[in-house]
Amino acid sequence: MPTVNMSVNGKPASGEVEARTLLVQFLRETLRLTGTHVGCDTSQCGACVVHVNGSSVKSCTMLAVQADGAEVVTIEGLADGDSLNPMQEAFRNNHGLQCGFCTPGMVMSAMDLVNRNPGATEAEIREWLEGNICRCTGYHNIVKSIQEAAGNMGD
Amino acid sequence: MQDFSYRKAQSIADAVDAMRGADDGAFLAGGQTLLPTMKQRLAAPSDVVDLSGIAELTGISVSGDTVTVGAMTPHAAVAASGAVRDAIPALCDLADGIGDPQVRNIGTIGGSIANNDPAADYPAACVALGATITTDRREITADEFFTGLFETALQDDEVIVSVSFPRPQAAAYMKFPNPASRYALVGVFVARTGGGVRVAVTGAGEDGVFRAGAMEAALTSAFSPDSISDGQVGEDGLMSDMHAGADYRAHLVAVMARRAVAAAG
Ligand SMILES: Cc1cc2nc3c(=O)[nH]c(=O)nc-3n(C[C@H](O)[C@H](O)[C@H](O)COP(=O)(O)OP(=O)(O)OC[C@H]3O[C@@H](n4cnc5c(N)ncnc54)[C@H](O)[C@@H]3O)c2cc1C
Ligand code: FES
Ligand code: FES
Repeated sequence: MPTVNMSVNGKPASGEVEARTLLVQFLRETLRLTGTHVGCDTSQCGACVVHVNGSSVKSCTMLAVQADGAEVVTIEGLADGDSLNPMQEAFRNNHGLQCGFCTPGMVMSAMDLVNRNPGATEAEIREWLEGNICRCTGYHNIVKSIQEAAGNMGD
Repeated sequence: MQDFSYRKAQSIADAVDAMRGADDGAFLAGGQTLLPTMKQRLAAPSDVVDLSGIAELTGISVSGDTVTVGAMTPHAAVAASGAVRDAIPALCDLADGIGDPQVRNIGTIGGSIANNDPAADYPAACVALGATITTDRREITADEFFTGLFETALQDDEVIVSVSFPRPQAAAYMKFPNPASRYALVGVFVARTGGGVRVAVTGAGEDGVFRAGAMEAALTSAFSPDSISDGQVGEDGLMSDMHAGADYRAHLVAVMARRAVAAAG
């Protein structure tokens, strides 16, 4: 079986995997980082979004072996101990989640947006969330959260 | 997904060798089509040959009037390229409208055209702009490359290296996205070139992307939205499915073509 070595949230992680093991399975089942969710099997919902070498990708649509040697950041990698990162804080302040299932993917996707486009407008945020589906909130407060965080993080 | 043996190719020659040695191999680019298909068990290759380690397959260059995009270049890189925007802005807009940001971050032009989904966006750009597809062994014009539904002129072990687009005088792409999948329900790419106007339609044809000859002729004599009329692309040969009937698609082709001509100016 192939062996993979990668950095996950700044720490080295390695393991033997089947070639068909998806990155999300490696994260959840081998590393027990269960913050990354699986909400569909059609690559459409975005609950599984993580960062690989600084870009947001769907970890359900990437093999673990494709991430060999990469730097991976998951939702668990954002907070500093008990202090939330500004995006997480903004989701809390703005009631940007209800059941929370989509939230890890929303936050990781939003982080990629503000890294690329710190001054993203409301319209740009809504368009960016094309690949993240939420069945609870109606998106309004998610958009507000990201707007607030973009303001905060731009300072 | 069924298991397979995985190999990360070190060079183009290595990739071709690995594919020749496989029972039923598949090249892996961004995986945004191949992996969902394997998850649904619609594909179950014995060997997967990953192209991501071959540096020469990635990158964008503009020389003279030609934009060349490496096969492994992700959609997001094309969308964000200032050099492409200066030469063929319609190509950036098209890339920026594919799927969603996560698909664009990793999905590639080579994977998109090799797959030749009848609702994919890039095939329309290739055909309308008169692109040339360079593989490890030859050059293929876009008109010859797309041969039918999910079918191309590629041989089983042939690797796309890059796609070269000649700069048009003006061009635009208009897409009516399926609201659920974001693939094109109908997409029309219009390009005004030195050799006349070329119009390519995706999302609509039963055999995939096609050129709209009657529209091309009308636009070559007068490049104006008024040159487009509903009968120029008829229902014959258009797809009818749960998303839209052939009549509706035929109508949308004219609407998208008018918008594209207006946008190209
Ligand atoms: C949610 C979602 C939405 C999408 N929306 C759209 C959309 O709106 N419009 C659109 O056009 N597409 C869309 N796509 C498809 C996306 O653009 C894919 O990235 C693309 O079709 C395939 O590219 P890939 O790099 O991921 O290829 P892969 O999935 O890795 O490969 C696809 C096929 O091409 C072959 N291949 C790959 N590279 C080469 C090469 N260099 N030489 C020879 N053969 C090769 C592979 O063997 C495979 O058969 C969407 C996908 C998803 C998951
Ligand atoms: S789990 Fe739905 S897109 Fe990955
Ligand atoms: S908060 Fe429930 S799915 Fe988004």
